[in-house]
Amino acid sequence: MKKKSEILKKLFFSTLYLSAFTFGGGYVIVSLMKKKFVDELHWIGEEEMLDLVAIAQSSPGAIAVNGAIVVGYKLAGLAGALTAITATILPPFIVISVISAFYAAFRDNAVIGQLLQGMQAGVGALICTVVYDMGSGIVKKNDTLAISIMILAFTAVCIFRVNVIAVILVCAGIGVIRGICNKRRAA
Amino acid sequence: MLFQLFLSFLQVGLFSFGGGYAAMPLIQAQVVESHAWLSMQEFTDLITISEMTPGPIAVNSATFVGIRVAGLPGAFVATMGCILPACIFVTIIAKLYLKYRSMSVLQDILSCIRPAVVAMIASAGISILVSAFWGGMQNISFADTRWIMLVIFAVCIVMLKKFKLSPILVMFSAGVMKLLLSFAGI
Repeated sequence: MKKKSEILKKLFFSTLYLSAFTFGGGYVIVSLMKKKFVDELHWIGEEEMLDLVAIAQSSPGAIAVNGAIVVGYKLAGLAGALTAITATILPPFIVISVISAFYAAFRDNAVIGQLLQGMQAGVGALICTVVYDMGSGIVKKNDTLAISIMILAFTAVCIFRVNVIAVILVCAGIGVIRGICNKRRAA
Repeated sequence: MLFQLFLSFLQVGLFSFGGGYAAMPLIQAQVVESHAWLSMQEFTDLITISEMTPGPIAVNSATFVGIRVAGLPGAFVATMGCILPACIFVTIIAKLYLKYRSMSVLQDILSCIRPAVVAMIASAGISILVSAFWGGMQNISFADTRWIMLVIFAVCIVMLKKFKLSPILVMFSAGVMKLLLSFAGI
């Protein structure tokens, strides 16, 4: 492999570019990373990339950020992880800073106000379809425990206003118990 | 104040599993409900802006809320809080993975968190729709319903589900529809 500083430089500009031009969330950027680092630069193997994506998805936090950390770490250790993460958060940080500076004036403008209001209905619709797709994915797996968790969590959060972090911790606990039971059954 | 921002977004970063929309209910709980840094309307605008600009919702929200509450230092501190748990977790898991190449316990835990995340996203989606259709929880009544918004919502669902149009295009059309209707005086 090439010199480390060269790898870091290439890593920085690749992730900066990916982050700046990726609209539409984590899964998109992860597939673009695969294209860049596996197909184009041949720095990471195909199989290994799948595992790295699994790590990015199963850790807390945004998938794009996690993906950058894990790819950076794989390529150049801690320095690589720091380089990749800086490059990933820089573009949204700048863009949102600029937007928020103008937001108040923006929102008070009658035309933009109407646009944003209409977009609320659009975002609502988008979230409905996301929930529908994710929810039907879980129902189709026929996993009774998962379906019960989904219904109970919805009741808890939406009707009883239970703290979302508490819900996640309880579910993680159930997952640990499930893991132990599965291991016993396998043994 | 800076410390409070850091702590709030640290929690968002620590407990959002599954990316994208998974962070949304957590951000709503911290930013709208616990601290009232944003109104529901502003929160929805933030989600809209996040959809149309590059970057994860969590990082975008941290920057946006941070700047509004405490300027650029606020944005910096909030963003750091939001990515710090990921930095630590992902590095540790990556290290363990490169060493042992097995993650079965993690998969079991995730199989139980994922359904709850879907439920939480659904709940956050309902708050956004309530805000869009009635302007807030306290106004829910037949007489106060903004029927135009319901129609735009239905059109968007059809565009997304039936014609599979890109989300950005659909959201933008929703805005344009509302704008044109308001010019027409409806």
